[in-house]
Amino acid sequence: MSKDLKNLIVKTGNEAIALAMKQINPDVVAAYPITPATEIMQIFSQYVADGEVTTEFIPVESEHSAMSACVGAAACGARTMTATSSQGLALMYEVLNIASGLRLPIVMAVANRALSAPINIHGDQSDTMGVRDCGWIQLYSETVQEVYDNFITAVKIAEACFLPVMVTMDGFILTHCLEPFKMEETKKIRQFLGQPKSLYSLLNQKITVGAIDFQDYYFEHKRQEAEAMKEAKGIIQRVDKDFQKNFGRRYDLFEQYQLADAEIVIIVAGSTAGIVKEVIDDLRRKDKKVGLLKIRVFRPWPYNELRKVLKEKKVIAVLDKADSYNSFSGPIGSEIRTALYNNCRAKIVNYIYGLGGRDITFDDISFVFNDLFKIIQYNKQTFEIKYLGVR
Amino acid sequence: MANLRDLSKRKAKFVSGHRACAGCGAAICARQIMLACPENIVVGLATGCLEVFSTLFPYTSWNCPVIHNAFENVAATMSGVERAYKALKKQGRIKKEMKFLAIAGDGGTYDIGLQSLSGMLERGHDILYICYDNEAYSNTGFQRSSATPTCAETTTEPWGKARRGKMVNRKDLTEIVAAHRIPYVAQTAVGFHTDLMTKVEKALKIRGPKFINILSPCVLGWGVKPSDTIKVGRLAVESKFWPLYEIENGVYKINHLPAKKVPLKEFFQLQQRFSHLLEPENKDLLKRWEEGIERNWQNLLKKVKCS
Repeated sequence: MSKDLKNLIVKTGNEAIALAMKQINPDVVAAYPITPATEIMQIFSQYVADGEVTTEFIPVESEHSAMSACVGAAACGARTMTATSSQGLALMYEVLNIASGLRLPIVMAVANRALSAPINIHGDQSDTMGVRDCGWIQLYSETVQEVYDNFITAVKIAEACFLPVMVTMDGFILTHCLEPFKMEETKKIRQFLGQPKSLYSLLNQKITVGAIDFQDYYFEHKRQEAEAMKEAKGIIQRVDKDFQKNFGRRYDLFEQYQLADAEIVIIVAGSTAGIVKEVIDDLRRKDKKVGLLKIRVFRPWPYNELRKVLKEKKVIAVLDKADSYNSFSGPIGSEIRTALYNNCRAKIVNYIYGLGGRDITFDDISFVFNDLFKIIQYNKQTFEIKYLGVR
Repeated sequence: MANLRDLSKRKAKFVSGHRACAGCGAAICARQIMLACPENIVVGLATGCLEVFSTLFPYTSWNCPVIHNAFENVAATMSGVERAYKALKKQGRIKKEMKFLAIAGDGGTYDIGLQSLSGMLERGHDILYICYDNEAYSNTGFQRSSATPTCAETTTEPWGKARRGKMVNRKDLTEIVAAHRIPYVAQTAVGFHTDLMTKVEKALKIRGPKFINILSPCVLGWGVKPSDTIKVGRLAVESKFWPLYEIENGVYKINHLPAKKVPLKEFFQLQQRFSHLLEPENKDLLKRWEEGIERNWQNLLKKVKCS
């Protein structure tokens, strides 16, 4: 967070996204209400009603139509955005793949919320983890400042990669809690982003978008999509540096907190990182070599960079706010194990926590670190998933 | 509308080389629709026969911009296209006048795309939505849809000892669309090219959402000879199975009054899908059909009178 307290304003994550949208002034926004993301479009609609933006706002009749309209608009070279959550994201699933397959730079804010059943409106990451293989870049955020910054950079990343980007934030914890953050000048943001870029537009060229591919072309097109995702990593790093040059903050692919000399590491994505940092500060005062690796970019997966910084670690706990129901590990747990296999001798344990918005406390994180201390002490580890804070 | 000689000189926006079956009603629709369209038009296609046979990469039959997204969302996709145009026009990033057209089959319109269509109509987008209604899921091998007529055989409601084809009524989509109180709604059919093209031209001159439902024979599914597509389309209208009418700002108008009474049987007997219906033991069903058609026709006449 910025040290310059004078320039800070206090907003919720939803308000920060809506503000960023107003400052960006996108060409088209199509959205449908869903808790806890509803507020974003509510606030933005007021900007539209007051003439503070020139955006064409489409209040569609479902999330499926929201993403479908975004695909149509983006195929015209319009800067296009939406916001959703949970069931809404699940309903979009079909079109998410089409958006990335057609290489359309759509930007979407996702308020992370548990998936039904049982129905639950509170925050976990089952929704975005469930669409992790749809060809969208995924950025996770810890604070409202990060939500705001990630959303602005997402536009630049999307338009440079020709891939859609989702910016996620933990439902209620980030969407509804007030936090101070630094809002940047609208002029500076618009300069940073420039005019929307597109190679093709339905409005200017006689193109056929969304043609049918069979055995003779489909694979090549999907291979190109995979290559675009591979190249996205470098683009994200470049945009990150550019963002730092303009606004003074930098996030990289992941954050390393007390990681350099740490032997014991927790890996987590989202707002829980804040609690982990507090516990680390406490343990560091007791000379424990503990650290945090906070995932920011989950797609593309920065496996090489992760290997480099985790290579010498002794014990790693991966905290997943979603379950894969594979009886082995959560989504981030699986990806970390795959990335480190043959490259790291650390013992890895995987915890599932916070499903349906179950609180994660300092005690929970201390409990995890104690587990990790014991693994070192007794040189024993379990491969079983552990469920944190469940009765 | 232009005469045939003038039409033959128009630059085709839907061109040959596509993979439609011989005698395909959808291909005839596409060619006639596009001949009636102005130069600056963007077309949206729902997944279905037309999209599959006309956009096989790296080829395309579309000499104009076209977008295909998925099966159920052509109305929403075109809503996005139309609003993107509005946004860019407002900012001066685009100057020309443009029209927007969505084309889908009955599966993508009556069934899976109904919500998306309803949303587009209610929000008032300046789009002409055309349904080529071949009364079943032809692309996947002629399964029943809510447009399939009663007693017709489909691959998911075949004729058997316990069931006699489709046993419920088809949905009257044209009236459902009309209930959205949009400026222009019409029905036309393959076999009436002047009516079809006049309606497309007229609709595209009107601002706001427009809808045209075109009865479009499917040679494989209906079991008709490829050379009979036009004939069967005409008989559908002459037998009052599919009246040609339009509703302009709520006012009903019948566009073609059948000159003489053509029995429904004449329309049915050209089609394999109704072969069981015409067997002597199913006389009761045919009679019920004839009564239903007459009732619908009388209702339509009443609407014309009242509106």
